[in-house]
Amino acid sequence: MSHYLDISKISIDFPTPEGPFRALDELSLRIKKGEFVSLIGHSGCGKSTVLNILAGLLQATEGGVALDGKEVNEPGPDRAVVFQNHSLLPWLTAFENVQLAVRQVFRDSMSKAEMRDWIQQNLKLVHMEHAMHKRPDELSGGMKQRVGIARALAMRPKVLLMDEPFGALDALTRAHMQDSLMEIQRDLNNTVVMITHDVDEAVLLSDRIVMMTNGPAATIGEVLNIDLPRPRNRVTLAENSDYNHFRQQVLSFLYEKQRKVVEIPREPAVDEDDAAPARGKVAGLVDRLGRRA
Amino acid sequence: MISISQQTWLQPWIKLARGEQPAEQLRALTKTLLVPLAGVAVFLVLWAVAAGQINTSLGAFPGPVDVWQQGGALLEEHAAERREEDAFYERQRERNAQRQAVDPSYQPRIFPYTGSATFIDQILTSLMTVTAGFVLASLLAIPLGILIGLSRTLYRAFNPVIQLLKPVSPLAWLPLVTMVVSAVYVSQDPLVPKSFITSMVTVMLCCLWPTVINTAVGVASVDNDLNNVSRVLRLGWLTHVRTIVLPSAIPMMFAGLRTSLGIAWMVLIAAEMLAQSPGLGKFVWDQFQNGSSDSLSRIMVAVITIGAIGFLLDRLMLAVQSLVSWDKSADLR
Ligand SMILES: Nc1ncnc2c1ncn2[C@@H]1O[C@H](COP(=O)(O)OP(=O)(O)O)[C@@H](O)[C@H]1O
Ligand SMILES: [Mg+2]
Repeated sequence: MSHYLDISKISIDFPTPEGPFRALDELSLRIKKGEFVSLIGHSGCGKSTVLNILAGLLQATEGGVALDGKEVNEPGPDRAVVFQNHSLLPWLTAFENVQLAVRQVFRDSMSKAEMRDWIQQNLKLVHMEHAMHKRPDELSGGMKQRVGIARALAMRPKVLLMDEPFGALDALTRAHMQDSLMEIQRDLNNTVVMITHDVDEAVLLSDRIVMMTNGPAATIGEVLNIDLPRPRNRVTLAENSDYNHFRQQVLSFLYEKQRKVVEIPREPAVDEDDAAPARGKVAGLVDRLGRRA
Repeated sequence: MISISQQTWLQPWIKLARGEQPAEQLRALTKTLLVPLAGVAVFLVLWAVAAGQINTSLGAFPGPVDVWQQGGALLEEHAAERREEDAFYERQRERNAQRQAVDPSYQPRIFPYTGSATFIDQILTSLMTVTAGFVLASLLAIPLGILIGLSRTLYRAFNPVIQLLKPVSPLAWLPLVTMVVSAVYVSQDPLVPKSFITSMVTVMLCCLWPTVINTAVGVASVDNDLNNVSRVLRLGWLTHVRTIVLPSAIPMMFAGLRTSLGIAWMVLIAAEMLAQSPGLGKFVWDQFQNGSSDSLSRIMVAVITIGAIGFLLDRLMLAVQSLVSWDKSADLR
């Protein structure tokens, strides 16, 4: 079981009007069962693309992915995805959203009552049992994300894929969610691949941090083993020298080795993940991530 | 269906009755009741003044008072007609009873009453026709919209035809529909009159398009994340359509249906007028041809009735729309 998820030399070309655009180039990574791996890198480097290939939502142009000895070539519930924007069905309650997944995955192996218990158990795991019968528009952003995680966990996936799951949340809520996730991870010991651009989050949660180079033709720059003892506590870690050393290494990779040259958009607050931001006349060297922190 | 407390204009009254912040409620009442009433009052005054200035070959243009009186007269005529009808059947019953008493083998026969259609009868006919046309159009438009929304190829194939047919006026369709209905709908003992079919089909042809287009757009614009959820869960095609596509499309679909019903009502009046088929449109036309001194007032009664019914139909659709819409934050008006 040493190589549970095997990503070998994946490259992808997106067709564009100016010819194929190589977003990823020969990226390889091996992940052990029960490992928590974070992908970190500047916006637009190709993190979501990697995750979508793992999920089977995108096909690599070259190379391939194998999970538990089987090749991945289409989406499936054994690779559950938690999207950045919760992606719950707005017309269903929290319970019904999880139910949709549970019914689909366990329709042949669980009775109705077992399903109900399983759904409730997962909602309880993310501390959402009190709001089971509320619909997404009645829930806060953090609560919606919790339900999204419950839905993914309820599929009992082999790997849990998370694309900036807490990126849209405020700092306090994000800290709560990270603690919840560590708690769940302690109980379930899932194999997790999580995208983040929050350095503290990556160090706090991960067993390994995979740092990606800037695109185009992005690949893995460095891999950092975070052998901090668990359970981890954000308050005590703040004074831990190892913790600060790991932090410093990630920061140095992002801001020195992969320093990103970006023009300053004239309009502030344009999200990099959106379409090409409006470019202003004033151009300069700006570290986008640095400005955020 | 629509809970009373949801009606915004009722709310100040309810709160006032409960004694919650009387000053606040009175201010709300002024806003929701007094201002609109003042608007109507100003309109009535302007109407009355303007009407006095306009002289037609049938006398002065009717003011609010004339129209009010004719409205009463039309109701009275309806009541009289019903009394007449009842009396007609009563006389038959009596006659039959007498003949049967003399000759027990006599088979009683009831002749149907053939009075003229009153204003109220015409309203009911129009409502029935518009409902039939609208329901028929919806039954065609919703499945068609779903199909072309799901398939880009079908959308491209249908789009030019839809865009071409959409702006066609009912008046252009009417002669064609009349001829086709006359040719196709031949029956010794028709279930419904030909004129009903003609109006209904014309209404249907004109009010199909907003529902088709809105449904298609709603179906086609399903959130990409939700599509990905569906792919990760490997939902079957039917489950995907049922649990993801249709609920996503419902708000757009009902917005389309609401527009369609508005068009249906407008088209119907025009079609009835032109085709001389029973209904409010025919009532207006008959009054126009009749040309008595009351005619203009009666036409005005019809105009106001048409407006009021159109408004009520729209409110009805709005209520249904907000009932089925999952997006409760959307401000429907
Ligand atoms: N469907 C696509 N077609 C063309 N280019 C794409 C597509 N998806 C992503 N890209 C490009 O690939 C690069 C990586 O994108 P993405 O994986 O979303 O970055 P990240 O998640 O790291 O911010 C970006 O330059 C983006 O513009
Ligand atoms: Mg991304």
